[in-house]
Amino acid sequence: METLEITKEKEVANATQNISGSQAVLEAFIAEGVQTIFGYPGGAIMPIYDALYDYPNKLKHILVRHEQGAIHAAQGFARSSGKVGAVFATSGPGATNLVTGLADAMIDSTPVVCVTGQVFAHLLGTDAFQETDVINITAPVTKWNYQITDATEIPHILAKAFYIARTGRPGPVLIDITKNAQIQKFDYESYTKCEHIRSYRPKPIVRKQYVEEAAQLINEAKKPFVIFGQGIILGKAEKEFKAFIEKGGLPAAWTVLGLSALPTDHPQNVGMLGMHGNYGPNVLTNECDVLIAIGMRFDDRVTGRLDKYAKQAKVIHLDIDPAEIDKNVKSTVPVWGDCKETLPMLTKLIDKKDHTDWLNKFHEFTQKEIDIVINKELNPTTEIMTMGEVIKTLNELTNGDAIIVTDVGQHQMVACRYAKFNQSKSNITSGGLGTMGFGLPAAIGAKLGAPERTTIEIVGDGGFQMTIQELGTIMQYKVDVKIIVLNNQFLGMVRQWQQLFNDKRYSFVDIQSPDFVQVAKGYGIAGQSIKDRKDLKAALQEMLDHKGSYLLEVMVGKENNVFPMVPQGCSVSEIRLQ
Amino acid sequence: MSIAKQNNSATHTHSGIAGKHDFTITVYTENQVGLLNRIAIIFSRRKINIESLNVSPSEAEGIHRFTIVISETEEVVRKLCRQIEKQVEVLKAYYNTDDEIIWQEMALYKVPTDVITEKVKVERLLHQHGARAVVIRKDYTIFETTGHREETEGLIKALEPYGLIEFVRSARVAIIKASHGFHEKLKEFEQTEPGEELIENEFLDKQDEVFTM
Ligand SMILES: Cc1ncc(C[n+]2csc(CCOP(=O)(O)OP(=O)(O)O)c2C)c(N)n1
Ligand SMILES: [Mg+2]
Repeated sequence: METLEITKEKEVANATQNISGSQAVLEAFIAEGVQTIFGYPGGAIMPIYDALYDYPNKLKHILVRHEQGAIHAAQGFARSSGKVGAVFATSGPGATNLVTGLADAMIDSTPVVCVTGQVFAHLLGTDAFQETDVINITAPVTKWNYQITDATEIPHILAKAFYIARTGRPGPVLIDITKNAQIQKFDYESYTKCEHIRSYRPKPIVRKQYVEEAAQLINEAKKPFVIFGQGIILGKAEKEFKAFIEKGGLPAAWTVLGLSALPTDHPQNVGMLGMHGNYGPNVLTNECDVLIAIGMRFDDRVTGRLDKYAKQAKVIHLDIDPAEIDKNVKSTVPVWGDCKETLPMLTKLIDKKDHTDWLNKFHEFTQKEIDIVINKELNPTTEIMTMGEVIKTLNELTNGDAIIVTDVGQHQMVACRYAKFNQSKSNITSGGLGTMGFGLPAAIGAKLGAPERTTIEIVGDGGFQMTIQELGTIMQYKVDVKIIVLNNQFLGMVRQWQQLFNDKRYSFVDIQSPDFVQVAKGYGIAGQSIKDRKDLKAALQEMLDHKGSYLLEVMVGKENNVFPMVPQGCSVSEIRLQ
Repeated sequence: MSIAKQNNSATHTHSGIAGKHDFTITVYTENQVGLLNRIAIIFSRRKINIESLNVSPSEAEGIHRFTIVISETEEVVRKLCRQIEKQVEVLKAYYNTDDEIIWQEMALYKVPTDVITEKVKVERLLHQHGARAVVIRKDYTIFETTGHREETEGLIKALEPYGLIEFVRSARVAIIKASHGFHEKLKEFEQTEPGEELIENEFLDKQDEVFTM
């Protein structure tokens, strides 16, 4: 049996003649180093699934429970591994179920290649069974997409797909393949990776003059402030970044997606930016004299009111995507390019400094935040537990070595604020799109992308129910994901806004939940629910020690709020501590 | 293919409200199905009306040229061009004000033939507007004029009293006065290593020392 398999695969590799379009698709995925594909079969992609049957040793296919689960899992996989995520789905509903994930991957720059089946080419435009115009539906939410109607196109189009997805500013690519092209046999030569597309410049070249101008601004600055995003992680430039801020003695704060690029307890890590970020970084954005933005895009959740954002500062913006420069915040010096290249150049040119007084200013704000907000959250005197203390206790047990995947809502902000990270690619969350339901499938993908690492999902009672069916995927493939449901019996984040801005008119945020432990049990996943503080540490320890996946539900305060908060439409310096 | 006036909104192109004025965007692209939609949605997503859009081949083989007219502020237009250039199949997007380009639109007018033969005034009118007869039939005659918007519009006004049957105007086509054509640029795009001219960076002022490490 085994030998039979091997000869079969060898044959394909050496073939210079006839293979099917479907086989060519799989050969391309293998040549691109893909080992794990998340997918769901259906009529229009059956030839590819039939071919997949012959590749059990080379390609691992994870059958999810919903195509949204497939793409979020692929995103989680991409973000924990730094590789391209891979998805298969059928036409029509299979393809439309990918749309949320594509939009999420697009806005969070996640490299994913999706292959969707499509009806036979001669049926295109006839409203055939399960035909949808996938190319046009997905155009705004893909970096690139393409419809293949002839098998001979498959090798070079897939090569382009992988090249585009992973280079420059990464993003999702969708390739729609009509059924006839999947079946069609053609003369297959070999697979050549794509390395150049004449109309596509993945990264702008770096100009020495800008780097020099930026270095000069930094050297003259009295109160320089670095804000960084996912660009550091995507550019695999964590080391270069650390060297840069350490030489310059620069305080550095992160966006939600930049989190984990710099260890949380690095002395120059001054915390989180934005709506629920830390006090100091927000207020001092409007006091610094030089703002150095690296691999981030000035999202409105980060900047608050734009016309009152860092107006006093000279802005240096390092980004690989020229369209981001001056999009939201006008830069004084734009440093276009890959930060893996630009950061070492800058480091070379900046003076060794330590801005102790300036850094201390951040610490003063931190102290104030500890007194007014953080202490209450991490060491509460209330009877009922807070989300913050769950994260704090988790930190003590994992020591910051775990991958934390979150869903969207209050628990997400609390997790980002308080979770400890020692290494990069460890915080996986839906930042730009804020997709509830992202967490569970993304955690499955994250675990498969970094199997050696402990992977913990932090999820709310609302969002968990959006993709809860993926517990079936965990069951079937025995994916070791630890799930912590922070149950506040509310769509908490929306309730918080209703409390603060809509006079406590709690309109449809009171969500009922099933017995999550029982549900997990139904899927063969162990778990327990706790509500007393005295049980917290032991329960977390039990979860971590458990062999295999585990669900821990923690009942937390129903009407707790996440603070600080920059209310929508306010400037970052108007941040509220309570 | 050409599409003139995406919708019939009454917004005027020359009104100059809040610093908005006409810009002609010239986009050089690969010839690929679906690209028209990808470019169009960059505008529609931002609720920006395309006044006129024309797609044609360019002087460089295999390279297509989009000519798009919108009325916007320069800042918006610059950002739009960056977004357009982000599309994988787009090689380059330029934007220009009307005084930086030579532009023309073509119009066709269908007029009852008897009116022309009977009324000498009409013939003189057409002559004055530089209209050329393309088809002459017993029942109607089709005239063509080429020029700026005011010119083609002027003839409609003039013909209306005489029973203009049908009118159609093409999208704008434009050539940038300062452009040297796209041949040379294309060579740079074909190089696997980016040439220095590739990145047009308005801050840099043509200084092109490249930092090599
Ligand atoms: C798909 C989707 N629908 C709606 C929202 C709006 N939304 C943001 S947070 C939130 C509440 C989330 O509730 P829960 O999952 O219980 O988390 P909590 O805020 O209570 O921690 C909602 C409804 C969203 N982000 N995503
Ligand atoms: Mg909740």
